[in-house]
Amino acid sequence: MYALIVGAGKVGWNLARELVDKGHEVSLIEANRRRYETVEEELEHAIQYGDGTELWVLERAGIERADLVVAVTGDDEDNILICQVATEKYGVDRVVARCNNPRNLQHFELLGIKPAVSATDLILRLIEHEVPKYGLVHLLDLKEERLEIIEMEVGEGSPADGIRVADLGLPDGSLVISVLRDGGGFVPVGDSVVKAGDEVLLVLDIGLEDAVTQRFVGRSEAA
Amino acid sequence: MFVLIVGCGRVGSSIAKSMLADGHEVSVLDENLEAIALLNRGQQQSWEDLGGSFTVGTALEIDALLQAGVERADAFVASTDGDNTNLVIAQIAQRRFEVERVVVRVLDPGRAKWYAEQGLQTICPTQTAIELLEAAVRGQIRFEGVAG
Repeated sequence: MYALIVGAGKVGWNLARELVDKGHEVSLIEANRRRYETVEEELEHAIQYGDGTELWVLERAGIERADLVVAVTGDDEDNILICQVATEKYGVDRVVARCNNPRNLQHFELLGIKPAVSATDLILRLIEHEVPKYGLVHLLDLKEERLEIIEMEVGEGSPADGIRVADLGLPDGSLVISVLRDGGGFVPVGDSVVKAGDEVLLVLDIGLEDAVTQRFVGRSEAA
Repeated sequence: MFVLIVGCGRVGSSIAKSMLADGHEVSVLDENLEAIALLNRGQQQSWEDLGGSFTVGTALEIDALLQAGVERADAFVASTDGDNTNLVIAQIAQRRFEVERVVVRVLDPGRAKWYAEQGLQTICPTQTAIELLEAAVRGQIRFEGVAG
């Protein structure tokens, strides 16, 4: 595979090294002269100096035959445009963009750049996993399919506490897919009873989170 | 019409002043508060007293664009000092806010050309300068110096 990486910061440099180690052909493009010289000492001809948002620089690096373009500069506008020309002008099949400011993710989406990877978002997810709000954890977002899989803790005294799955009163478009209890888990049937302390996995349509959450939040937490 | 100009340097501020003088409603967005000095320069009254509006904010921030009135803009000018910023915000104005007339300054001729082919109205000062200078060198046109 031929991978073209724009931006030789920590992400780009390490990524280039990993891909080279795996036997792939890699070109890295860096616009800052000093940074370029530092990285060039190690990667030698695998790095080129230039502004990777300019078409001739991308062409010089052989973007037309790239199997993968990775845009990991520190500027979101640059990453958006690099991926946009890669796919729309040069017909590159796979692009990966780094999104530095999660508030810019909407712009990547608007212009069809995907996947856009936001380190801030990823870390936020991990934090959410450690310190869940009302015991809610996002396990998986399937954006295209407009579905998500979440994990909820059944709160003490919540509407769900001691109730059969069939009687949980969950909105249409949501489904309990498993119950985790005492270190194990099972796929529930309508008669299975959930109780405080259980962790329940649900698949639901995007937008139902609040309605679903209410059923599992204990009285003291809701206050 | 209502014109939103993003990037208030020499270019943006000049367009803003002449559009306002022509009786249009003009809103200017720039990340630097001091850019308003360019709008006030050479005017009898301040930009805001003349009826212009000015918002401080970053062009990629949707809130700043909304505050500057992007939703009701008839025309949108992307004239910050960064090509990449201009190309991204122009596409946001066109695709997300469906502004009817979007013009974008792009200094790099290569990308100005390609994005023009994709349907963006790009203006490339570099390309214009190349053409005019070349014509002047060939003696096809003659400049008597620039007024103003």
